[in-house]
Amino acid sequence: MENILEVKDLTVNFGTFAGDVQAVRGVSFDLHKGETLAIVGETGSGKSVTTKAIMGLLDSNAKVASGTIMFEGQDLLKASAHEMATVNGNSIAEIIQDPMTSLDPTMTIGKQVSEPLRIHKSMSKEKAIARTKEVLELVGIQNAAARMKDYPHQFSGGQRQRIVIAMALVNYPKILIADEPTTALDVTIQAQILNLMTELQQKIDTSIIFITHDLGVVAGMADRVAVMYAGKIIEVGTVDEIFYDPKHPYTWGLINSMPTLDTKADRLYAIPGTPPDLLDPPKGDAFAPRNAYALKIDTQQAPPFFPVTATHAAATWLLHPAAPTVTPPPEIVRRQAIYQQMIAKGFDQPNNPAVKLNTPATDQ
Amino acid sequence: MVERKKILQIKNLKQYFNVGKPDEVKAVDDVSFDIYEGETFGLVGESGSGKTTVGRSVIHLYNPTAGEILFNGRNIRQLKSAKEQLEFRREMQMIFQDPYASLNPRMKVKDIIAEGIDIHHLAKNDQDRDAQVAHLLEVVGLNADHSTRYPYEFSGGQRQRIGIARALAVQPRFIIADEPISALDVSIQAQVVNLLQDLQAEHNLTYLFIAHDLSMVKYISDRIGVIHYGRLMEIATADEIYANPLHPYTESLLSAVPVPDPQYERNRQPIFYDAAAHEGDEQVRQLVEVVPGHFVRTSEAELPNYRQKAEAYRATLVK
Repeated sequence: MENILEVKDLTVNFGTFAGDVQAVRGVSFDLHKGETLAIVGETGSGKSVTTKAIMGLLDSNAKVASGTIMFEGQDLLKASAHEMATVNGNSIAEIIQDPMTSLDPTMTIGKQVSEPLRIHKSMSKEKAIARTKEVLELVGIQNAAARMKDYPHQFSGGQRQRIVIAMALVNYPKILIADEPTTALDVTIQAQILNLMTELQQKIDTSIIFITHDLGVVAGMADRVAVMYAGKIIEVGTVDEIFYDPKHPYTWGLINSMPTLDTKADRLYAIPGTPPDLLDPPKGDAFAPRNAYALKIDTQQAPPFFPVTATHAAATWLLHPAAPTVTPPPEIVRRQAIYQQMIAKGFDQPNNPAVKLNTPATDQ
Repeated sequence: MVERKKILQIKNLKQYFNVGKPDEVKAVDDVSFDIYEGETFGLVGESGSGKTTVGRSVIHLYNPTAGEILFNGRNIRQLKSAKEQLEFRREMQMIFQDPYASLNPRMKVKDIIAEGIDIHHLAKNDQDRDAQVAHLLEVVGLNADHSTRYPYEFSGGQRQRIGIARALAVQPRFIIADEPISALDVSIQAQVVNLLQDLQAEHNLTYLFIAHDLSMVKYISDRIGVIHYGRLMEIATADEIYANPLHPYTESLLSAVPVPDPQYERNRQPIFYDAAAHEGDEQVRQLVEVVPGHFVRTSEAELPNYRQKAEAYRATLVK
């Protein structure tokens, strides 16, 4: 599978009065052509900083301490502001989180959506209008030709989110970064927008980096999932591997703490404690203080990635050959049993649309 | 079954805005339901459905256009003395939706949380006040040394936890929680929900839990009401409304919930609900109790179908 983007050993620090906040600590991942990679993690785990680094939109107090971000033979971290300006909104585009604040209230929708065309493609006004109309129709805005003359306040929240998506798609980007694109929306609208994104992905053959903390959305959208904690990717695998056979205790905790419509338990499982302070991240595995399965070595040495399958790897000492065998929480055991059944029933990986790749997901 | 005490009764509540003007909005239109002491009532709806307006009317931030709201059997509009009103405001607290708008940026966290403690004289001295604030901060997953900071120093999730601490500070009996966890991370959501449940068991609290996250609402609620365009579509126990939704809108809402299970997600078929098509036939519809405890908005003509479906489901439970 061809990689469209390769992030290697990305480290980003933020200079603050209290010292350097180590927001991203050595993140490596590949984005395959045409896939949807979900990055999940809590607030402050570094998922948004990672995508901001890809787009060259880090705040001025951010320092990229190491790493490369290779896109079409170019290291985006070394690109000049001018070079980035030709990449952003053209080859790489972002769907912004909040549809209520991300549109200019004084500009018509038509003008806003066609702006990337006029800037990047130097398209004539007539052509730009034609393409804008086409894209607005694509995202399901009724009567697009007339509504292009309307202003943002004349649209509902769901329509505005569609317009923001149209804006990101208008240049047919190769990579689409969607940072919590549906968090502000109702479930029925969310379902429509997610369907729309999947359809559009097939139509224009784009690769999506999907950032969210909603595991339900991830289960429906992602081909692969990377789980971030305290500035590091701690587990990566296909969507089935992460949801049915997770290996990292943090992933166990995340899955376990979400109630499903079938949850009958009296108490939800909650991961104890709070994420570490990244001004001074703990030595060893950053999750160790909250981890009931922590080993002694977790407090001393950060675990490397241990491969589980060709597509699945996790950074936990529990996968070391010398580690003791532990029993995951009951919910995870239940899911592993489902996974075994899926494999036994001829769960044929190459035919499964969710499993598209055969290369190791990350470098160690 | 023991007769349970109704702590809150909402009778034919109407809450209109811009009454008599061309842009009149019927945010809540003839809504009636009861909440029993010690239960969690989940109110589910999409944005613009009127769920937040119901919560705000209940805590008397609005004067209802029509209808009555009884808290402990007393009409909240007829609390005359300042003492009665103060007591009402202590007993009923609210956790707000927007953590950015609901905390005063000029106040330190400890003063935000202790504002209610001061008003109701719940602390013996400054030391006790600080100790209560420190305890509340820890209860909601923050550190005691956060108390001298200002709201801008916190993330949205942390601010929401400050708002929860503030509501808990005055030892209320009834809490209106308006989307209290939608701003929080998954692992923290579970902590807060467990916390809300612990507090409920400990202090016999009653919750009106307003949300759009249906999995969490189902988990936390004893009974659920589904609201759409200012009208209640269906009320039932949490288990029944999920296992046997009667109203097509409820079915549509349930079909849209993303579930953390890739197999399920691949096979999910969302159902779309068109209110204009469903209710456009000029039939009179109202909320009817089709079987004990299960209400649905229906016309006379639709009623037999709903009743049959509800009775069939109840019959499977008996077996």
